[in-house]
Amino acid sequence: MPDTLATIAPARPRRPRIAWRFGILALVVVIAAVGVLTWDVPGAPGSRGFGIAVNLRVVSVATIALVACCQAVATVLFHTATANRILTPSIMGFDALYVVMQTALVFFFGSAALSATDGLLKVVVQSVLMVGFATLLYGWLFAGRRGNLHIMLLVGVVLGVGFGSLSTVMQRLLTPSDFDILSARLFGNLSNSDPDYLPWGALVVAGVLLLVWRARHRLDVLALGRETSLNLGLAYRREVIGVLVLVAVLISVSTTMVGPMTFFGFIVATLAYQLSGSSQHRVVLPFAVLLGMATLLVGYFVLRHVFYAAGMLSIIIEFAGGLFFLVYLLRKGSL
Amino acid sequence: MISLTDVTMTYGDLTVLGPVTLDIPAGGVTALVGPNGAGKSTLLTIVGRLATATTGRVTVAGHDVTSTPGRELARIVSILRQENHFVTRLTVRDLVGFGRFPHSQGRLTALDHEKVDEALAFLDLTPLAGRYLDQLSGGQRQRAYVAMVLAQDTDYILLDEPLNNLDMKHAVAMMGQLRRAADELGKTIVIVVHDINFAAAYADRIIALSEGRVVHIGTPADLMTPAVLEQVFGTPVEVRRDGAYPLAVYYR
Repeated sequence: MPDTLATIAPARPRRPRIAWRFGILALVVVIAAVGVLTWDVPGAPGSRGFGIAVNLRVVSVATIALVACCQAVATVLFHTATANRILTPSIMGFDALYVVMQTALVFFFGSAALSATDGLLKVVVQSVLMVGFATLLYGWLFAGRRGNLHIMLLVGVVLGVGFGSLSTVMQRLLTPSDFDILSARLFGNLSNSDPDYLPWGALVVAGVLLLVWRARHRLDVLALGRETSLNLGLAYRREVIGVLVLVAVLISVSTTMVGPMTFFGFIVATLAYQLSGSSQHRVVLPFAVLLGMATLLVGYFVLRHVFYAAGMLSIIIEFAGGLFFLVYLLRKGSL
Repeated sequence: MISLTDVTMTYGDLTVLGPVTLDIPAGGVTALVGPNGAGKSTLLTIVGRLATATTGRVTVAGHDVTSTPGRELARIVSILRQENHFVTRLTVRDLVGFGRFPHSQGRLTALDHEKVDEALAFLDLTPLAGRYLDQLSGGQRQRAYVAMVLAQDTDYILLDEPLNNLDMKHAVAMMGQLRRAADELGKTIVIVVHDINFAAAYADRIIALSEGRVVHIGTPADLMTPAVLEQVFGTPVEVRRDGAYPLAVYYR
């Protein structure tokens, strides 16, 4: 592939040096990852305790990397599909959909089903269900002459609330022990995710990222909105539904591992647009992913080794993200 | 040739267009005129496959606009709406480069860069190529959008009110550039214009719509008579013929 950036570069001297920014960000990610892995490991190197501790930390770092990928890419894709940079995937009820599926599994088959079905099959079935449901729902809502993105978003919001209520009702009817097991599944946190799920999640995410990367030029066009996309020959409706389905998959993986995150993706995506100085997905997407990893790893390191409060990270990120969201909204003055 | 057969557009009980059966020959500049709500923009968006007609069939150069794959159609016909707003921050060159998407699927080749440069030069945008769209005046931005459509290099170009936001000088320049695109590049240009005098001065054909129907088709000389204009626009119009082209006077 010819490097278009290099060919265009002389004509736009104002474009910032993206390579430098990538380099700095990658360095931060590597340093933070090494820090999380090696800082203050209990036990002597080579001992059994040391091995266990390092293993746990490897899982944490991998989880963080995967979650950052999912959230950053899902949010950027969602912004692109909706040609709007305020909305986040959780507004469409994507997390709620995941929660209701897990709850229904426990509700109908008991908590044993939750652990008994873990493994590749469950991930596949779960992904297929999410994809099928998202395709059906968004395909149906978005089809036909009356198909309208804003109506679809509104229905998404309402469905999200509906899913939430449905989950609550089913959770109320569970036995306390079933509910306990379910809660542990639904409210994961970064330092306490299921290591068995990690490879399957990574596999799914890798597949999605491959598809996204191949679609990067079409995504650039899609971000220009419906009319321009159609004019430039994109099958607009199919592309939007496809992107939303990929978003559903990414969010399901992330939610499975660490529970719902509302604002993290928003911070990362918004900062990536600002700091990368580019609007092309082939720049913004990797930049957002690195930014997400850097944010989570540094936050994790600081909270764990400076404040001794590792479990707090997602709460702090959501708090900061919520504030950032409000400030952004107020400064922008409109949706 | 753009060909419409029994095209209608209805929203519930409200018919906004049609039935329209109409052939717009290839080549030259065709202007769609009419009062507000006459269905001009609707007709244009249906031909440009941004909207789907309730009934009827539309073909552009023999391709049915509803069944031809978008990717193929995007190399035959391009359309520009009045309102364009992008969330992505683009330079003029980025924007015009998007016009090449139907040809290169986003991977610009040397030929694509050449076409982009041509389109920029054609609309006098070369000095502004590196500027971001939000740093441009309304008129410059309008020209950048038109440059994108030109870079798309389709035989048929549909423009909805390209004179929007343009002052006198730039409106004249824009119409001149569209005229040149038709004459020198052999494009078929269909525009919706509000100012009947611009249509009369630059177009080869004028199609007048009123209440969703075509009420008159002809050359500017045919159409520019008080009787026709009053019928179309519903207001008294005087036509002066003392210059190079007929001039409608309707201000008081």
